[in-house]
Amino acid sequence: MMIKLQAKDIVFGYSSNPILDNINFQIAPSKLVTIVGPNGSGKSTLIKCIDRIAAPQGGSILIDRKDVTHMSRMDMARYLSYVPQSSVRIFPTNVFDTILMGRRPHIGWLGSDKDEKKVWDVLRLLDIEKLAMSNFSELSGGQQQKVLIARALVQEAEVMLLDEPTSNLDIWHQLDVMNIIRDVVKKKEITAIMALHDLNLASYYSDRIIMMKKGKIVAAGDPYSVITEENIASVYRVEAAVRSLSDRPVIMPLRQIREAKAY
Amino acid sequence: MTSFRTIFFRGKSDASLSRARRAGKKSNPQMAHERFKFIRIFFVLGIVGLLVLLTGIIITLGPLNISVTDSYSALLARFMPDHFSVDALTSRVVWNIRFPRILGGVMAGFGLGICGCVMQAVLKNPLASPFTLGITAGAQFGISIAAVIGFSILGGPYFIIGNAFICALFCSLFIIGLAAIKGATSENLVLAGIAVNYFFTAISSLLKYFASDEQLRLMTNWGMGDLAAFSWTNSQLLLIIFIICIPLLMTKCWDLNIMTAGDETAKSIGVNAEMTRIFIMVVSSLLVATIVCFMGTIAFVGLVAPHMARMVIGGDHRFLIPASGVLGALVLMSADAVGMNLIAPTIIPTGIMTSIVGVPFFMYLMMKGKRKEFWT
Repeated sequence: MMIKLQAKDIVFGYSSNPILDNINFQIAPSKLVTIVGPNGSGKSTLIKCIDRIAAPQGGSILIDRKDVTHMSRMDMARYLSYVPQSSVRIFPTNVFDTILMGRRPHIGWLGSDKDEKKVWDVLRLLDIEKLAMSNFSELSGGQQQKVLIARALVQEAEVMLLDEPTSNLDIWHQLDVMNIIRDVVKKKEITAIMALHDLNLASYYSDRIIMMKKGKIVAAGDPYSVITEENIASVYRVEAAVRSLSDRPVIMPLRQIREAKAY
Repeated sequence: MTSFRTIFFRGKSDASLSRARRAGKKSNPQMAHERFKFIRIFFVLGIVGLLVLLTGIIITLGPLNISVTDSYSALLARFMPDHFSVDALTSRVVWNIRFPRILGGVMAGFGLGICGCVMQAVLKNPLASPFTLGITAGAQFGISIAAVIGFSILGGPYFIIGNAFICALFCSLFIIGLAAIKGATSENLVLAGIAVNYFFTAISSLLKYFASDEQLRLMTNWGMGDLAAFSWTNSQLLLIIFIICIPLLMTKCWDLNIMTAGDETAKSIGVNAEMTRIFIMVVSSLLVATIVCFMGTIAFVGLVAPHMARMVIGGDHRFLIPASGVLGALVLMSADAVGMNLIAPTIIPTGIMTSIVGVPFFMYLMMKGKRKEFWT
């Protein structure tokens, strides 16, 4: 099997209170992988550790069998791009300049027409060309998310990491953003790894799902093997009904499971 | 000056967009972008032209009547004596008295504007300016110990400015070091800067309390900021520091663009946010310490010039750094010219004039500008 990205023994946090506890996984090329889990399970931290935004205490990340853990940031940015949950701008910047930032690992001191052309190509691909000269801060949440994805795309890294790209979006925009991610994974043959809260979105769009609890991976595989009533009960402490709809598992949460209190 | 977007780009329908694309022409947003690029270059060149023009005009102001043409001729005659000539008196007045002061204003304004611009970017704080990091407080402290206690680090001709320079630099390096140990986030740097600022201001005030009238006068004069102390000898040292520091800051223009988007984003795009922050702080502190030790506290220019530039040309530091510098020079030079001539022969200190002239102008821009996110 081809392996695009491999995480080996990723450890983050202190031994008494590990946020990530020996995380190991392998991801095949051109797949959309989501990491799900309850609040505080370490899914966002894992995304950040892969990109070394948070420096893991141990472990290594291999992309195409190459260890990127000790690369310089600039070199690493050619392999991995990252889409933050949101971006607060203190100074006004237009959309074009925001996306052009992503060319940093590839440009010299002044930048060239080639870089600008790549920005226009991505703007067209995501159908946000009209927004090019708008101020980033004045965009809606969905539009901002698209611009952040566009910035990661012009970086031309083969692995894209996303931290809850659909949080704070209404369902129309959730689907819009997820469709874009699925399309670019196919068209550009990149691998996308994202932390996601919504289990149904994860189930509908992912090729593979990784389910985490308290810094450990408890289940991983295709949606049918991960999104099960048993897993949801043990990981989320929620009793849920899982049904099949258009060839994907769909969950309907029913009630919380409360442990009997010990007195 | 509000928004070029509304003037130059009115959203066209999708149909016209795709039509343009099919015809192989540049689509409308693309044209708007080209126009914006042109505006940025045009603006920088325009303010440089204004600077040259204003220099010629300000030279004419003073007790001796000199025409604008004579003032340019007097300057050019120094470099091309075959082509330009003026009488000896005009030449001496222009070259030895009026021009050095203007040059001092231009250099100080240019340096302070650039430092303000890069500091605001790396600290992600629109209120950051060369004084946020306690650089001035440090310099003032250096002046105070020289004046009151009579202690000087360098001695000789540098009895006072040597102290100002070294204390200013020490002060900023102390803050940067502190932040580097604790993690060089923008919050840590700003907090440490404010704390150290208060500390050294307090010590300076304490020294003032014990100072004699003469010592007090020296300290106060320096604190008001004055270009009178500037001379051709000083300019050489300043020029050397400029030639070293400004290109160094310019090489980081892409990283500065990215740093304004936050440390997480910067790291993911390949910029070592903390190292860049420390680098920018060290280089700009050196620049500010040099300016401040010669000319005293000239507040406001470093804060306001970058904002003025940003209102017109947006946040791209490739253009923003030079534009902030030139606007800083323009503000400082004009304010000083007003201070020199308003109630002549009395000269109002430059530092006071920049604030008196600059603040109402800045307020006007602030009210007129619609982009409210400067102030969030």
